Amino acid sequence: MAYPDLFFYLFAAMTVLFGALVVANPFSRSPVTSAMFLVLTILSLAGLYVLLHAFFIAAIQIIVYAGAVMVLFLFVIMLLDLRDEEKRRVKIFGLVTGLLATGALGVLLVPTLWQSGVGNGLNPTFEGDTKTLGRALFSEHLLPFEIVSLLLLAAMVGAILLSKKELK
Amino acid sequence: MPQVGLEHYLVTSALLFCLGLLGTIMRRNILIVYMSLELMLNSANLALVALTRHKDSMGDHVSGQIMVFFIITVAAAEVAVGLALIVALYRRRASAHTEDLATLKF
Repeated sequence: MAYPDLFFYLFAAMTVLFGALVVANPFSRSPVTSAMFLVLTILSLAGLYVLLHAFFIAAIQIIVYAGAVMVLFLFVIMLLDLRDEEKRRVKIFGLVTGLLATGALGVLLVPTLWQSGVGNGLNPTFEGDTKTLGRALFSEHLLPFEIVSLLLLAAMVGAILLSKKELK
Repeated sequence: MPQVGLEHYLVTSALLFCLGLLGTIMRRNILIVYMSLELMLNSANLALVALTRHKDSMGDHVSGQIMVFFIITVAAAEVAVGLALIVALYRRRASAHTEDLATLKF
C-alpha cells in the first residue's frame, strides 16, 4: 500500500476516534476534556486536508480553528466555572433517542456513499495551492469576500454588546 | 484494503457528521452541544475538500475550496456570537444546562 493511503487510514481513524471522545468520553464529562479532544480532531482533519492537497485550507484550519476558536471555547469554559457537571445523571430517554436517530442516519448514509461509486473514473487532480486559491478569491469571488468582512465586523460588535454587563 | 478514493473521504465525513448529531441530541451541557455543532461543520468541510480534489475535468475547480474558506470564516463569527450568547445566558440563569433553559418549551 502506498504511503498516502496508509496516512489516510491513520488520520481518518484518529478523526473518528477523537470525534467520538468529544461527544461521549467514558472517563470524563468535563467540557475541558471535550475541548481538548476537539483540538485533536481538528488537527487530524488538517492532516486529511494535506492528503487532499488542500494546503491553504489545512493551514487556516489549524490557525483559525485550533488556534482562535478553541481558545475562545476554553476562555468561556473558564468564565462559566462549571463544577456541578459531573453529578448530573445521563437521561436514558435522550441516550436512546440520540443513538436511534444517529444510528439510523449512519446506516442510511454510510452504505449508500460506499456503494454509490461516485469516485469511479475520477482521478485526484486538483492542487489547492495558495496562488490558485488567492487568484480565484480576489477575482471572481471578490464580492462575497468583502461581504464576509462586513459579517465579521457585525459579529464583533454583537459579541461585545452581548458580553456587556447591562444591556441598555 | 482497497485504493483510497473519494468514497473513503465521504464515509469519514458521514461518520463525523453522525457523531456531531449524536452529541447535539444526547449531551445536555450547552458548551458540548456547541462543540458537536462544530464537528458537523467540519465534516461538511471535509466532504467539500474531497469533492474539490476529485472533480472531473469539466467546469470550475476552485469553488469547493473557496466555499470551505467562507464556511470557516462564518463559523468563526458564529462561534464568537454564540459563545457571547452563552455567557449572557449564564449570567441570567446561572446554568449552562439545556434542561434548565426550557422557558420556550411548550
